[in-house]
Amino acid sequence: MERGQPRRQVAAMKQSLFDQGYLDEQFIQLEELSDDANPNFVEEIVILYYRDSSRLVSSIEQTLERSPLDFNKLESLLHQFKGSSSSIGAKKVKAECTLLGEYCRAGNAEGCTRSFQQLKKEYSVLRKKLEAYFQLARQAGPAESACRPK
Amino acid sequence: MLGKILSSEMATVANVFRPNFPQALEKPPSGSGELHVLAVDDSHVDRKVIERLLKISSCKVTVVDSGTRALQYLGLDGEKSSIGFDSVKVNLIMTDYSMPGMTGYELLKRIKESSIFREIPVVIMSSENILTRIDSCLEEGAEDFLLKPVKLSDVKRLKDCIMKGEGKKSGEKGSQKRRRSDDYSPSRSTPLSPALSSKKSRL
Repeated sequence: MERGQPRRQVAAMKQSLFDQGYLDEQFIQLEELSDDANPNFVEEIVILYYRDSSRLVSSIEQTLERSPLDFNKLESLLHQFKGSSSSIGAKKVKAECTLLGEYCRAGNAEGCTRSFQQLKKEYSVLRKKLEAYFQLARQAGPAESACRPK
Repeated sequence: MLGKILSSEMATVANVFRPNFPQALEKPPSGSGELHVLAVDDSHVDRKVIERLLKISSCKVTVVDSGTRALQYLGLDGEKSSIGFDSVKVNLIMTDYSMPGMTGYELLKRIKESSIFREIPVVIMSSENILTRIDSCLEEGAEDFLLKPVKLSDVKRLKDCIMKGEGKKSGEKGSQKRRRSDDYSPSRSTPLSPALSSKKSRL
């Protein structure tokens, strides 16, 4: 029967996101907050995350371009970015934020710039993967997300 | 939960000294009443998550994006002869620690300084597990300190404690500063203080 196939694909895709370290347990915590009345809760949160993080990426970029580098401002923006990344379970992005944070605290401007390039890359990869995942999940039907035990 | 260290004697003392405030603020809602939680966070993502956590836990939720707005909501901005004014009924305040403008710590202090609202349990949420931060929040009268990301189990545990009335620490504020370093661990899982032994070994 064809019907189970898309859902299995979604499950497999999700599993691989975890296995490869893109997502952590927090993502599952969010999934458990979905129910029949709010079947797309996780996707809604992730969309909010994209919006916030796009803005933060731009702000961080601008901050890095200014000389001398305002490390306090950078730290503050980074804290927000790390926080929301953590809230959706974006494990690799969060780790890159931590690294960038270390360069920032060390007052290493060049290190910050390099590290930020890496962070942007990870963020971009995650975003593509999540977009693919949610698209597949939507095609597979609503049953996938309503997994909170009643 | 912090409330566990209060013996029943302490709880009795707290009851005796509790000032005479509007009924709704003293007791947790009984029967069909819902817990009304005011959540404060500058992060849009975190606001949505905490709101969902609380709604799933059958709480009425008001979410604001800053300490200033929280004070406005409570009617504490420019508090003049506020006693007796039919203030908004909130049973619990959950606030992020790191916020631009007014931090969660500053908000906590303002609430605990308020004659009307000091009874309301205030919980601090933070992504950073910094002991001095935790200690100062607890000393300032915070009910609990939750590490972000906050989980459903954290909220459920919190709600259970508040509903049982263990959240009322009215007798403790004021001159009695709590030395919590020995007793407290950041709330990370349902049982109380699994990290207690590791914390004690640091001392």
